[in-house]
Amino acid sequence: MKTTALSLFALTALSVAASAAPLTFDFKDPKGVNNAVFKLDAPLEAINGSANGVSGTVTFDPADPGATKGKIVVDAASLHVPNPVMKEHMHGDQWLDVAKHKEITFEAKSFSNVKTTGDNTTAEVTGTLTIRGVAKEVNAPVKLSYLKGKLGLRVPNQKGDLLVIRASFAVKRSDFGINPKAPEDKVADTIDLTLSIAGAAPR
Amino acid sequence: MKKSLRLLALVVALAAAGTWFATGANRGWTKTSVEKKTLDEVTGLEAITYEKQFVPGLDFLGVALLGAGALAGFSFLFRNQPN
Repeated sequence: MKTTALSLFALTALSVAASAAPLTFDFKDPKGVNNAVFKLDAPLEAINGSANGVSGTVTFDPADPGATKGKIVVDAASLHVPNPVMKEHMHGDQWLDVAKHKEITFEAKSFSNVKTTGDNTTAEVTGTLTIRGVAKEVNAPVKLSYLKGKLGLRVPNQKGDLLVIRASFAVKRSDFGINPKAPEDKVADTIDLTLSIAGAAPR
Repeated sequence: MKKSLRLLALVVALAAAGTWFATGANRGWTKTSVEKKTLDEVTGLEAITYEKQFVPGLDFLGVALLGAGALAGFSFLFRNQPN
């Protein structure tokens, strides 16, 4: 009797621990939806483009969204602008130097002002953004949407959850050594970044 | 020759301006791809893809008009043919 009770207790504890365990979401999206949009609005010229080479993993606990940790990686060579000459310059050694610095990364360190309503969480994330090999700490407002059991709607015959992350913030081009001598009337110093990504945690 | 060069300059200028207007009078740089957004209904995210498409910009129009101007200018090097 005592053994049975202990076994039941152990099983219950295990199942509770399993359900409360943080989930690891993979952001290598097979549908190619994930993207990072960048905008530079200078007085003489506006530059708009996007990158879709997004990957990385994020550990998210639905019971404690504030404990979210993870790293998002953008393939620098996937940055695209519609003008081919501008794209060549952007990838070149004076600007992003994608041959040498192949990745743009953001590593989330901590969350503050965490507010959760249903499956949606808004917070302020603090993390390290690395562009062109230069790492800077940045803060950004972020929205996390936990879509429990929705993976099957995107990937047939696959059970699991989705985590959608949206973040918008601005960085200074000069802070990351991206051609700091370039005239700001043609290429703005402020880069507005918008990250819209979805990760999957299969079960 | 003089008349032919001026006619060619006019054709180049009109063709360039016509192409620029017909493709949306893009006041930015020439594009070789255009953005296409599609909504992912499950996540609510917008996927961004690029389709190959030539959209001439002001640089294209400027170079074409300069070329037409050069052709017209070059025509002045030729003398009028006596009747």
